[in-house]
Amino acid sequence: MPAPIRLRELIRTIRTARTQAEEREMIQKECAAIRSSFREEDNTYRCRNVAKLLYMHMLGYPAHFGQLECLKLIASQKFTDKRIGYLGAMLLLDERQDVHLLMTNCIKNDLNHSTQYVQGLALCTLGCMGSSEMCRDLAGEVEKLLKTSNSYLRKKAALCAVHVIRKVPELMEMFLPATKNLLNEKNHGVLHTSVVLLTEMCERSPDMLAHFRKLVPQLVRILKNLIMSGYSPEHDVSGISDPFLQVRILRLLRILGRNDDDSSEAMNDILAQVATNTETSKNVGNAILYETVLTIMDIKSESGLRVLAINILGRFLLNNDKNIRYVALTSLLKTVQTDHNAVQRHRSTIVDCLKDLDVSIKRRAMELSFALVNGNNVRGMMKELLYFLDSCEPEFKADCASGIFLAAEKYAPSKRWHIDTIMRVLTTAGSYVRDDAVPNLIQLITNSVEMHAYTVQRLYKAILGDYSQQPLVQVASWCIGEYGDLLVSGQCEEEEPIQVTEDEVLDILESVLISNMSASVTRGYALTAIMKLSTRFTCTVNRIKKVVSIYGSSIDVELQQRAVEYNALFKKYDHMRPALLERMPVMEKVTTNGPAEIVQTNGETETAVLETKPPPSGLQPANQANDLLDLLGGSDITPVIPTAPTSKPATAGGELLDLLGDLNLTGIPSITAYNKNGLKIDFTFERSNTNPSVTVITIQASNSTELEMTDFVFQAAVPKTFQLQLLSPSSSVIPAFNSGTITQVIKVLNPQKQQLRMRIKLTYNHKGSAMQDLAEVNNFPPQSWQ
Amino acid sequence: YYRYASLYFCCAIEDQDNELITLEIIHRYVELLDKYFGSVCELDIIFNFEKAYFILDEFLLGGEVQETSKKNVLKAIEQADLLQEVSTSNFSGLSVSMV
Repeated sequence: MPAPIRLRELIRTIRTARTQAEEREMIQKECAAIRSSFREEDNTYRCRNVAKLLYMHMLGYPAHFGQLECLKLIASQKFTDKRIGYLGAMLLLDERQDVHLLMTNCIKNDLNHSTQYVQGLALCTLGCMGSSEMCRDLAGEVEKLLKTSNSYLRKKAALCAVHVIRKVPELMEMFLPATKNLLNEKNHGVLHTSVVLLTEMCERSPDMLAHFRKLVPQLVRILKNLIMSGYSPEHDVSGISDPFLQVRILRLLRILGRNDDDSSEAMNDILAQVATNTETSKNVGNAILYETVLTIMDIKSESGLRVLAINILGRFLLNNDKNIRYVALTSLLKTVQTDHNAVQRHRSTIVDCLKDLDVSIKRRAMELSFALVNGNNVRGMMKELLYFLDSCEPEFKADCASGIFLAAEKYAPSKRWHIDTIMRVLTTAGSYVRDDAVPNLIQLITNSVEMHAYTVQRLYKAILGDYSQQPLVQVASWCIGEYGDLLVSGQCEEEEPIQVTEDEVLDILESVLISNMSASVTRGYALTAIMKLSTRFTCTVNRIKKVVSIYGSSIDVELQQRAVEYNALFKKYDHMRPALLERMPVMEKVTTNGPAEIVQTNGETETAVLETKPPPSGLQPANQANDLLDLLGGSDITPVIPTAPTSKPATAGGELLDLLGDLNLTGIPSITAYNKNGLKIDFTFERSNTNPSVTVITIQASNSTELEMTDFVFQAAVPKTFQLQLLSPSSSVIPAFNSGTITQVIKVLNPQKQQLRMRIKLTYNHKGSAMQDLAEVNNFPPQSWQ
Repeated sequence: YYRYASLYFCCAIEDQDNELITLEIIHRYVELLDKYFGSVCELDIIFNFEKAYFILDEFLLGGEVQETSKKNVLKAIEQADLLQEVSTSNFSGLSVSMV
């Protein structure tokens, strides 16, 4: 059979192919030739054939039938064969093939070969693709070579050892004695690889780390020599001697200095020296500076050094090369938690990066900007961020919007500013706002009582022009439903009130309902809003009735159900309609944890469907409250409706924590409200920062008798000018001997700031009999209601 | 990655590696190729891909730089090439030891 074509011929031929099909044909023909040649066990040309096979493998064609041939090449005595054989092994074989274990013996022999280049080949292959079995078998050989006097082999053995340790960490101990003199090397190659080996050992094992800490002074000395020594053409890169070695030493120093004061102190000088003396005109210098900054940040360096590091990063941000800016932003993101003030100084540069053309840089600048927002700079930052929201790519808009909401919530200087910001976000990026933002916004708006008129007016104007952005339309419909009467009556303090008639309002809501752009959820919001307006508006009730009955036969099941229920409301339960569709009360504040997490909502603030539910359930406890009224006999005391126990007891605890999160824990003295027959009830007070007329009282009931009290129920009533809300108690059993307490939270809304008075009724079972008691609490401290 | 005329040299690194020094490594490798082939171009690499691999194996091992001196890397490659020529011309087992 004719001699197989040379590699170059093959490459040339394949390159002349003009189509994929032609190329495939050529390759298949050649593969067939190669396969028959392999079958014939042709030793002379095996090397050439495998080389051709490797080329075809690189192009993406299957070449697994060549694996065994590679092994035969490795076993051959010719250097050329071995070279190609090992290359083929590295390219075609990996741990998953069973064949690779057959190599072990070959490699073992070659590791002891008389020619260093063959030994080098073997070490290289082992270091690149050795599996853990192979490493275990051959680790001894590698260790021997680590101690040889040949520096060419020593450096390869060191890196091979690194690979062995990565695969089989238990063998690390074996290499320990060989590392004793590693750092005394003069040869940069060996020095470099030794540092890599030490780094790997220290990263893997804390014992090794402690053991090698004593090398810090030596490393510092080496680094110093590198910087100070003169020009050495061999290792020089753009005027800096051996940057690769410098960077590696800095990295090892970083690992050794972490959490260790002494080492860190030894390094301070050299780090400062490197930071100030390195040339920054080329990338090389910047690479070294970058590594230095990372090291300074990670070890326990003194604050002057840290400021220096952050300033270097700030300089990086002004660099023209976008790689360097990217790297700077990433590092600043890591350090902003710990060195917040220093990073603040570079805020303006970071904000400028928002306008960069590169997408990765913009993203990092955005994240960093959010991390830097605080109470002082929130107005300016928000302006920049809103502008960014306008102009950025769609994939950012969702994250940016969530970030803006979070930041606004935390640092809003005034309610009006907060609402304005939210409006701006809704109008510019409305369709990208996350779904969970809508209930949050609604709750926020409800809580800013004085801004209702302003808010509803602005929202109305916003959707008048364009109602395609779903979240905006949802929030707007909800608000119009709640506060439509304010809109129509034209009372707005913050802005020029606009003249709107009831019909116009209904027009816009109806168009939302009809429009094809509205999602099903949005339509639900709109329908409920229209329904609520039936109690707020006076002249258009018939129109509303008509609209609602149309949707009684809607295809959308959700809408149909709502419409039918509302219809029923008009027909059979008209007397209940005003009570059911009353204004929503001030909602509890629910803290959001972050854009990615699901927001816990109070049972009352969930989707609009549930809006009609709580009032009906409130009707049953009304009977209980009536009993209370009878018992108390007072006529100026309104009954309180405890929230339906549908809110799970688990969330009561969570809400408590949320409440405590934003409450003002100034020292309002707590009082003992009741103390009789071994039952003691203490009141502790907190005032809310965001709503000064809300007082939160936490009651703690404890039992000093020898028997526990079960089925404990606490009820309270307040004068008419107050509103009371009672949350679920932590349990209904008070253990004896003061060993535990029941806690329950009461929220009192006191808009007129009158003196707080309360009547309480307690019922419980004790010593087998039912007990009950009434008491009046008058000793509230003035700070709790003023 | 680094772009040299029509060629892109890409390198994948872990997240704790220094990105900027990696760029230097790429640049150093290209310099080595340049020195070896004498003003390297795309065709050189295509037709001599196995040599490109050999140079890479002398410069990096297991993902780390093993020799920081350009001179030493090129010397090692030269010696190995010589060995290859000797062995092919002799067409017999090799026992020449060149340290």
